[in-house]
Amino acid sequence: MMTIGLQHFLIVSGLLFSLGIFGIMTRKNAVMVLMGIELILNSANINFIAFAKYGNFGYHGQMIALFVIILAAAEAAIALAIVLNIYKNFSTVNVDEVNKLKE
Amino acid sequence: MNIYDLIFYLFAAITVFSAFAVVSSKNIIYSAYSLMLTFFGVAGLYVLLGADFLAIVQLIVYVGGILILILFGVMLTNKVNGMPIHTEVTNLIPASITIGLFAGIILAFFVNTNWKSTQTEFPNTTIVALGKLLMNEYILIFELLGVLLLIALIGAASIARKK
Amino acid sequence: MSENQIILFSLFSLFAPLLGFVVTVILGKRFKFMYLFEVAVITLVLLASISVLFVKLGYLPDTKIVSEFAWISLGNLPILGDFNLSLGIMIDNLTVIMLFVVSLISTLVHYYSIAYMKGDPRFNRYFAYLGIFTFSMMGIVLTHNILMMYIFWELVGLSSYLLIGFWYEKKSASDASKKAFIVNRIGDVGMFAGIMMIFVTYHTFTFDTIFENISSGVLPFNSDFWLTITGLLLFCGAIGKSAQFPLHVWLPDAMEGPTPVSALIHAATMVAAGVYLVARIFVLLTGDALFIIAVVGALSALIPATIALTQNDIKKVLAYSTISQLGYMILALGVGSFAYGFFHLITHAFFKAGLFLGSGSVIHSMHHEQDIQKMGALRKKMPITYITFVIFSIAIAGVPLTSGFLSKDGILAGTYAFGLLTGQWIFAIVGFLVAMMTAFYMFRLVILTFHGEARDHHKFEHAHESPLLMTVPLMILATLSVFIFYTANPVDAEGGWFLSKWVKTPTTVVPESARYSFMVSDANIEEIAHSEKIVHSVSYSEALHHAHMPAVFLSLFLAGLGILTAFLFYQWKKLNADKLASSLKPLYNFSYNKWYIDEFYDATFLAFTMALSRFLAWFDQTIVDGIVNGTATITRFFSRFTGGFDTYVVDGLVNLFAYVSGMFGLILRKLQLGKVQAYVVLVIFSLVILVFLFTNLQIG
Repeated sequence: MMTIGLQHFLIVSGLLFSLGIFGIMTRKNAVMVLMGIELILNSANINFIAFAKYGNFGYHGQMIALFVIILAAAEAAIALAIVLNIYKNFSTVNVDEVNKLKE
Repeated sequence: MNIYDLIFYLFAAITVFSAFAVVSSKNIIYSAYSLMLTFFGVAGLYVLLGADFLAIVQLIVYVGGILILILFGVMLTNKVNGMPIHTEVTNLIPASITIGLFAGIILAFFVNTNWKSTQTEFPNTTIVALGKLLMNEYILIFELLGVLLLIALIGAASIARKK
Repeated sequence: MSENQIILFSLFSLFAPLLGFVVTVILGKRFKFMYLFEVAVITLVLLASISVLFVKLGYLPDTKIVSEFAWISLGNLPILGDFNLSLGIMIDNLTVIMLFVVSLISTLVHYYSIAYMKGDPRFNRYFAYLGIFTFSMMGIVLTHNILMMYIFWELVGLSSYLLIGFWYEKKSASDASKKAFIVNRIGDVGMFAGIMMIFVTYHTFTFDTIFENISSGVLPFNSDFWLTITGLLLFCGAIGKSAQFPLHVWLPDAMEGPTPVSALIHAATMVAAGVYLVARIFVLLTGDALFIIAVVGALSALIPATIALTQNDIKKVLAYSTISQLGYMILALGVGSFAYGFFHLITHAFFKAGLFLGSGSVIHSMHHEQDIQKMGALRKKMPITYITFVIFSIAIAGVPLTSGFLSKDGILAGTYAFGLLTGQWIFAIVGFLVAMMTAFYMFRLVILTFHGEARDHHKFEHAHESPLLMTVPLMILATLSVFIFYTANPVDAEGGWFLSKWVKTPTTVVPESARYSFMVSDANIEEIAHSEKIVHSVSYSEALHHAHMPAVFLSLFLAGLGILTAFLFYQWKKLNADKLASSLKPLYNFSYNKWYIDEFYDATFLAFTMALSRFLAWFDQTIVDGIVNGTATITRFFSRFTGGFDTYVVDGLVNLFAYVSGMFGLILRKLQLGKVQAYVVLVIFSLVILVFLFTNLQIG
């Protein structure tokens, strides 16, 4: 077995990414969809930091990851506000029932 | 296999398995707590990668902030009167097939690519360097993010407010 | 005190009034005593500027202190070229003298206003406005580049607008403020154009750099002519601000503002800004430009002097006399007598501020009566005001032992010398004529106001001497109107410290071909001590020397004649003014109605503008609307035709297509689930397919 290197981290991040997308695809609850999105963001962050370490980018990768975290916080706040609003208007948070787009 | 490898596998396992629990658990509260574990695991990976400050930020912002927000979201949108909260699952089979293929592809890419890996040794603490960068090269982005957070705050409040 | 401290003190003088304005305007509504803050600030500014004055003139009279920083630096732009702007201050002798004059008069006006404006509902607001005015004036004085000067120039315009219209409940006051603002803008447009010319040519706004460039031969469009035009455009700003003919109409109307404001703005500082501007840009003015400036100055000296002869409003007389004296200064600069022009600016600032404050004292005690026909005999009631007013009047009339005599005599000598050198005697004639008229109308004012019988007994009974807050500034200004502050010799200022040490004519940078003929050759430029070159040639100095004695005697004689005539008419009643007026009815009316200049503007520019706008409105309604309506009719005809075509041919086709698409739609609709997550699955799946199709991926 080889020593821990870039690929290991990338594989973890890839798995996390796939799981996140899987969550988005399959769960009806909007909050669950949000959790999936958080997983995806985390996997991206792992990539950034892994490349910062192994890719000779200095601190810039870490900087970007930091900004991603900040954006994730903003995104979560807005998304939950939207979820609450949907809940008020449709009395449900199941994404598939919110299909006004179809009509 | 040295101690570094061991710790890596430990955190990687925590991350992946808890992430799997997040997407597979029927109970949304369990999902949320599993998500917390995932964040812990990711923070551990950050430490292994020499990003101590980011690990702390990860814990504070994700576990302390976003997760709490999500839990609030769960509680405000589900009728929690005693009943366990189940969430339903949709198009499970096509999603499983697609994700299987997708994961296979990206993992294959990751494994097959011949990465030119040069290892950077970060100092024991990265806070000083990050702080300097934040206040010099990234000052504009820093300011913009401040404004963005303010806007997000106002926007979230105005969206969620009762009409 | 070193140069750095001078800079520091000057910056303090600049920004402290702004602080006073901000604090007073914000807290003034809450706290009644907030005006005391502004007064305290301005007193500190006065102290600072006095120390700057003494140190600069005493120890560093020959250095020019510049402090600047880069403001906007865009490097080399594609079209504009180098674009680097710097802001900064420049302190030379002119600056410190102006700094002192502005802060002194501003301080005196502040103290005076405490008594004069007592009981006004917007008392604090008034002091705040005085603060911002002082700030902007300091900015004009201190700046080292013309862009910043323009900015402060407009700020001065704004604050004078606020102060003239301070009693905006009065329609006449708000009208006057608008008029002042708009008329000033007309001049400022010219000035702005001039600034742009300078910028496109030299890519800088800094005075010194511009002058260096000109002296090294860089000219706008490479011609003397355009340099003349640039100078004249910049001078347009001075025409507006210094109320020169033909834009002088705003200043008499501006007398609607509170009287201390008139003293501050319309006597001593704001109107002096125009002269100051001309003095700053003096070195880039060509001979032709200077000649036109002299013509404008002469007209502005003459016309208002004739108007002032017949006015009955005490402030209007002073207003016209101000324009006339400003005309003198511009005239002096125009004929190349730089030092005397600036000297007159200073002396005039003191005695004219004093005259306005004195008239304010009279108005205050007469319960806002401004008509001198209704005054008289106030000498007994208000002795201090009377004595100081007489001192100011003899100063402006040019009686020896006063500062006004020195400066005015210098200007007259300058015009006389100009006549000797070029044969253009008209400026000298105008100068002496105006000197006589000045003496006459000033003493007419004094006699009608303070001598003779009381003509309005009711108001006379209630008249009283003003409080100390108002009389002390008068006394200070009266003291400053005595010759001893400027030179030791009461008949000739040439050897005094003011002119020999402090204010020197700068060396012109204009190419030789564009100079006045008498300063044309570098060979006969006078070399004075410190091996310093001076703008005038030897012949000019000689002419000035020759001109001095005749000018002294002639001006003395004419001033005496004017004063004597005033006494004959109004004090001893040997001659009857009314009879003379009725026998010269047309002339009298012409003067009394201010040469009908306002009416002329009404009838021409205003009427033209109105007629143009009416014509445009008519054009709009008849022609443009007609065209539009005609087009509409034609369009309607066509549309009726095309409408038929549309309904049967096009619609048929469209309906056919729609039907066909509808058929497909019905089928494809089944694919549209309206479920986002299903879309996500599809997207990712397609991505996977694409990856398989377009990459040669080897797994394992």
